[in-house]
Amino acid sequence: MDVWAPLSDAHRAWMIELNRELQAQGVAIRDGTGSALLPAHLWEVGSHDWERVARAAHRRQARWAGLWLDDLGNGQLRAHAALMKHGGLLVLRTHLEPPDLSLPSQAHAFPAADRIERHAADLYGVTFKGHPDPRRWTRHQAWPPDTFPLRKAFSAAGDPAPATPPDADYPFLASPSPEVYEIPVGPVHAGIIEPGHFRFLAVGETMLNLEERLGYVHKGIEKIAEGRDPESVARLAGRVSGDSTVAHAWAACMAMEQALGKVIPLRAFRLRGILTERERIANHLGDIGAICNDVGFPFANYQFSRLREQWLRDNAAWFGHRLLMDLVVPGGVAHDLAETDAGAMRDHIAALRRELDELRPILDANHSLQDRLVGAGHLSFEAARDLGCLGYVGRASGFDTDLRRERPYAPYDEVTVPAVLRTEGDVAARLNVRYDEINASLAVIEQLLDRLHPGPVLADLAPPGRATEGIGLIEGWRGEVMSYVRLDATGRVARFYPRDPSVFNWPALEQLIHGNIVPDFPLCNKSVNGSYSGHDL
Amino acid sequence: MNWLTSIVETALFILLAPLFAGWVKWVKCLLQNRRPPPLVQPYRDLAKLFRKRPMIADTASWIFEAAPFVVFVTAVFAAGIVPFAIAHLPTAKVADLIVLVGFFALGRFFLTLAGLDLGTAFGGMGSSREMMIASLAEPAMLMAVFTLAMSAATTNLSQAIDWVLQTGLVLRPSFVFALAGLMLVGIAETGRIPVDNPATHLELTMVHEAMVLEYSGRYLALIEWANQIKLMLYGVLIANIFLPWGIAESLTPRDLALGFASIIGKLAVLGIALPISETLFAKMRVFRYQEFLGFAYLLSLLGMLSHVILEVN
Repeated sequence: MDVWAPLSDAHRAWMIELNRELQAQGVAIRDGTGSALLPAHLWEVGSHDWERVARAAHRRQARWAGLWLDDLGNGQLRAHAALMKHGGLLVLRTHLEPPDLSLPSQAHAFPAADRIERHAADLYGVTFKGHPDPRRWTRHQAWPPDTFPLRKAFSAAGDPAPATPPDADYPFLASPSPEVYEIPVGPVHAGIIEPGHFRFLAVGETMLNLEERLGYVHKGIEKIAEGRDPESVARLAGRVSGDSTVAHAWAACMAMEQALGKVIPLRAFRLRGILTERERIANHLGDIGAICNDVGFPFANYQFSRLREQWLRDNAAWFGHRLLMDLVVPGGVAHDLAETDAGAMRDHIAALRRELDELRPILDANHSLQDRLVGAGHLSFEAARDLGCLGYVGRASGFDTDLRRERPYAPYDEVTVPAVLRTEGDVAARLNVRYDEINASLAVIEQLLDRLHPGPVLADLAPPGRATEGIGLIEGWRGEVMSYVRLDATGRVARFYPRDPSVFNWPALEQLIHGNIVPDFPLCNKSVNGSYSGHDL
Repeated sequence: MNWLTSIVETALFILLAPLFAGWVKWVKCLLQNRRPPPLVQPYRDLAKLFRKRPMIADTASWIFEAAPFVVFVTAVFAAGIVPFAIAHLPTAKVADLIVLVGFFALGRFFLTLAGLDLGTAFGGMGSSREMMIASLAEPAMLMAVFTLAMSAATTNLSQAIDWVLQTGLVLRPSFVFALAGLMLVGIAETGRIPVDNPATHLELTMVHEAMVLEYSGRYLALIEWANQIKLMLYGVLIANIFLPWGIAESLTPRDLALGFASIIGKLAVLGIALPISETLFAKMRVFRYQEFLGFAYLLSLLGMLSHVILEVN
């Protein structure tokens, strides 16, 4: 069996119409269907048409799903942009050759493209013409403006300066008048969380504007992936964002398995599904408690922390790792689930369900808690759609994206994933979506356990013998995780790009704080819970 | 002799304050299904902080260094005014409830100045919120105090307690209202949930903690200790004004033992009630403070009105 069923007409209808419209406008499209980029549909377009295609796709209400460049080593750069609608993925590709390393920006059509284009500009030295915000983004002061770390000419070890100069001159949006004051927060925060800087403009307690400055956890993941073998890149992918280790490792493995044309054993698919859902549940449990804790309701925090801890201990007992790291490996999974453990898992699922059903009325009936959650941090459907918000952030605002339902991949093609969707768009909705998703995931795990027939869990991956590429798409707990891997002829990774859903959810935070007061920001932030590490790469 | 007792009693008050804070924390932990730290943990924390040299920002003025002392000394003086286990002590006679409110205000004034002193964003935010709370809490507190003063015809605490003891256990609507009002004020003034969350690490949501964010070492110890004294002060005020029975009226060993036992018992009960309410309620939105403290004011005002309408003559 295949990971992906062939693209159905429903998935493809918008692409066909888009193609027709663009051809009528005289845009040359070379259709690369049949490439290894399955499930994507690949179009090669001229760089001058880059923005026009995006605008047309925007009119057809496609969602912008990512951008990555690739240095082919012969002086040529290759750019890819991903567009998504109804689970149908369209990848645009264009080539850039010196001296003209520039592309028309797609950020006017899709605001979601803003930061990723700036990220690509900082790391590749490509100019995005007409970009609404030409400031640097991922580059702080760790490397000079005229060097580009992701070019092949840049050494993988880097060229570390003896001391990184302070990053003091970033031009934040300044206060327009003395009455509006600026509140700088971070990058180092009081809790044990990742670093990121927030700049507020506020009048009294009311927030007028929030500007995020991320990039403090830039680890150069894209660069250090180069030259590694698939096993090593899967381990690296598992560290793109620690709380999404299963999702990222799976996405990377899927990309590499697709590139190598290898289908893994059925049992491995189902185990990967179980691992992903277990990761989703653990994170949602933690988040629900943390959201309540941020409004001074520690009861919920301790209860949900307890549930999460029990869940993680089960992970350790059954899979050998609390956070399920390094279990998804190219070719399958590294740790099989024992028959007795599968039985225990069913019992523990029933126990968790009982506890959740007991806790939910307590949260729902607590007026002081609901008073803080309901109405806080409202994100409209339009904003969620325009920013392409993924996962629970989009689904709490009525913007429904869930690969497991839209475009089921193995093993989700053989189970029913209950739909979880809310339209209120506030913190309470994001909490309730998490709550319902826990229950949905428990049901999915049970279905997968039913189908967990004995069999091998690991297949060998042979080197390709030729250069190849692949895409991985996974519905992680934060939303859709995308991974692009290009392998050279020896089977070494030449390009690895993991796209965390956080890159589309961080901008939503800047929008949903409008009309809220400064002391409610931590609550809004926790309800979104973007990954700094996954964003900064 | 009396003065000496007074000083000893005040010293005891100050030394017991961290224990009360530890008790509140201990009960709260149990309510949250956690293993509590030992009751003496606040003492250990203070001892640790007193051993540490404070870091002081370059932008600090003398206010920053003076504020912890002012805050601590006003808290100690306030503790001296309030009868703890013994009524009729000279310290209680030289000052009255208005002075007590004044001591609180003086300490707060310096703390808010210190919050502003360094020019950090969080300190300024904390100070501004603290002043907003104070401007709403102080009228409510004074109103509760006046209700008591009108009933007892004095603003002196010792005499007011005497009056309550003499008139015996009578259910006075005015006292019930004033008690409720004073409890709400106490929660606001001591920075407890639902007004402020003493356990949070989120700077943007803080009130009291935001003002003292830049303090460290022994300065922080003084402020923390003063805060613990303040928490116990409100407990003692509520216990001794509204339910003074048991307080020692003479210095005989029997009276003293009874006095200490009763106040410790009352504080223990209050120290259970506070964490129960803190466990049941989430922290409220900053702009709900007016409603909360407006309600406290209303309760105190009702107390006074019911005194005028129902209890005069």
